[in-house]
Amino acid sequence: MSDTSFVRTEMLPPKPAPVSQVGVVKWMRENLFSGPLNTALTVFGLLVTAWLVQAGAPWLIHGVWNANSLTECRTIIAERWGPEATGACWAIIRVRWNQFLFGFYPVEEYWRLFLTFAGLFLALAPVLFDALPRKLIWGTLLYPLVAFWLLWGGPVWGPVGVLVGFALMGLAFTRLAPKLGVPVAAGAGLILAAVVWLYAVGPFESAMQSVLPLALPEVVSDKFGGFLLALVIGVTAIVVSLPLGILLALGRQSDMVMVKALSVGMIEFIRGVPLITLLFTASLLLQYFLPPGTTFDLILRVVILVTLFAAAYIAEVIRGGLAALPRGQYEAADALGLDYWQAQRLIIMPQALKISIPGIVSSFIGLFKDTTLVTFVGLFDPLKGISGVVRSDMAWKGTYWEPYIFVAVIFFLFNFSMSRYSMYLERKLKRDHR
Amino acid sequence: MSEPSYDHAVDRSHMKVSDEVAIQISQMNKWYGQFHVLRDINLTVNRGERIVIAGPSGSGKSTMIRCINRLEEHQSGKIIVDGIELTSDLKNIDKVRSEVGMVFQHFNLFPHLTILENLTLAPIWVRKVPKREAEETAMYYLQKVKIPEQAHKYPGQLSGGQQQRVAIARSLCMKPKIMLFDEPTSALDPEMIKEVLDTMIQLAEEGMTMLCVTHEMGFAQAVANRVIFMADGQIVEQNNPHDFFHNPQSERTKQFLSQILGH
Repeated sequence: MSDTSFVRTEMLPPKPAPVSQVGVVKWMRENLFSGPLNTALTVFGLLVTAWLVQAGAPWLIHGVWNANSLTECRTIIAERWGPEATGACWAIIRVRWNQFLFGFYPVEEYWRLFLTFAGLFLALAPVLFDALPRKLIWGTLLYPLVAFWLLWGGPVWGPVGVLVGFALMGLAFTRLAPKLGVPVAAGAGLILAAVVWLYAVGPFESAMQSVLPLALPEVVSDKFGGFLLALVIGVTAIVVSLPLGILLALGRQSDMVMVKALSVGMIEFIRGVPLITLLFTASLLLQYFLPPGTTFDLILRVVILVTLFAAAYIAEVIRGGLAALPRGQYEAADALGLDYWQAQRLIIMPQALKISIPGIVSSFIGLFKDTTLVTFVGLFDPLKGISGVVRSDMAWKGTYWEPYIFVAVIFFLFNFSMSRYSMYLERKLKRDHR
Repeated sequence: MSEPSYDHAVDRSHMKVSDEVAIQISQMNKWYGQFHVLRDINLTVNRGERIVIAGPSGSGKSTMIRCINRLEEHQSGKIIVDGIELTSDLKNIDKVRSEVGMVFQHFNLFPHLTILENLTLAPIWVRKVPKREAEETAMYYLQKVKIPEQAHKYPGQLSGGQQQRVAIARSLCMKPKIMLFDEPTSALDPEMIKEVLDTMIQLAEEGMTMLCVTHEMGFAQAVANRVIFMADGQIVEQNNPHDFFHNPQSERTKQFLSQILGH
């Protein structure tokens, strides 16, 4: 008989795989030590990490939370870890955290800030997550005025008057849009609202206040600072710059020469100058152009220019998204009889914005960090303004890293959340299935 | 002839050409910059006509039908569609577009919307039909193009042939009076061409006014009542399919037919 015939008499039990082919060992072989270069990089990386840890860890471990001055911090560290030891003095954060967060806002009014901040999340929720009931969006639309009233205080009738202006604008727009088209109706609504805000809100406020006084103690803009200021400027600019950026991007593609020239001019001018130039314009120059006697809040002026600045960048990001859409999408929308604004809203923008999400969120993150630049026009941003104020206190003179690390960590938390949300949104909107 | 023939299957009982004019194009000219793409086009299409437009690439056939719903602007001459003259008046353009359906070579479905949303979008926003009713109409036409089970998928999940049938259904949901087809099968794999052509034949059998740019000469023979041959931006020859294919008059036509049929 030859060996071609074979019958198995006993079945083989499964055996475990060789140690070098599974789990951690396999992963390390493939990812850390796959070749001479990779091995060298791994060793180098480990050395760098070790050096960083030995340099930074003692400083962090020696950190002191309970003290009332830097000198006290140093004494405690010297007592505990020996005269040569260095350590972080976190006590400065424990004692002065409220200034980093709220600037010089009166302590007895802090509840208004907590309320505003909690409201921010309630207002954002229906925008960020479409699973929530759509009716909540009305709360979101109302939020800016509520927040404004809570933060600055004064009679409630001012914000109510502004709200009436918005309501009239909406009414005029919905009535006129079918007859005159979207741009004309929007313009008419805006003019109507502006007239109401300029001439009717003031008298309305004082009249209502005399009938039914309902006011919160007023807090002037000088008292704003720290992350309160960064958030007021950042959130307002983010919310307003997106629609403005969309309009600028569309304007840049317009067939109408004037609209196109204005959009291109504005985008290129704003992108062409440093933000600080614009901030100086806000704090110094803008006042010259306004009628004498009008006072125009500095924070408001800064918000307007930061918003314009962000809008120019967002317009360019969105233009990239628009350019990525095939012509066929426009043609199909046209061929079905959709008008320009319907096509933009239903077909073009949903796709262009989806493509632009990473760029838009990058702009938002940059914008939020740029709010620290307002320090140059005398506002108290958390990084330089408040840190400077706190460190000029005799008790804390000489603290250097701690305030910056604290501020950096908070900025990181906000920006990292934005980045994560954008990735979630990209995954959720992924529809190509290819 | 090597092209497939549909003749035996096509039911011609409802294919009636009326005296009523659907589209009238007179002395129409178009330029791209200095390039004269369309020259003195004269064409009258009656209701119920099924016209196939053939010609070599670059002959202006796509540009001509795209002028009919103003995806392209003409520079001189007149185009009257369903009694409305196409000028730069946007209201008139939108009105014409909502009466004229168009099917593209690359389908141009909206990738971010489901099939059902693709179909109901224009009826809801342009015709102001209630959502419920628009969805019922959409399901009716999806059934007609034989893919109702795909209603809740996204275009990217469908095959090319299915996407093109959805595109046809999307146009039909607007209840158009005229349908334009711009090389509807040119981007499809051979095995999917038939399913799209079958849908178009079905439409022709129901009496739809159709203008169709295509290289499918079998379809032309089976369905068309008139074949138009274009070259160099001009209408060179038009005739009924039988005479067009068996007794072409102009040299250009003969040359073209020998190229596409003579393999």
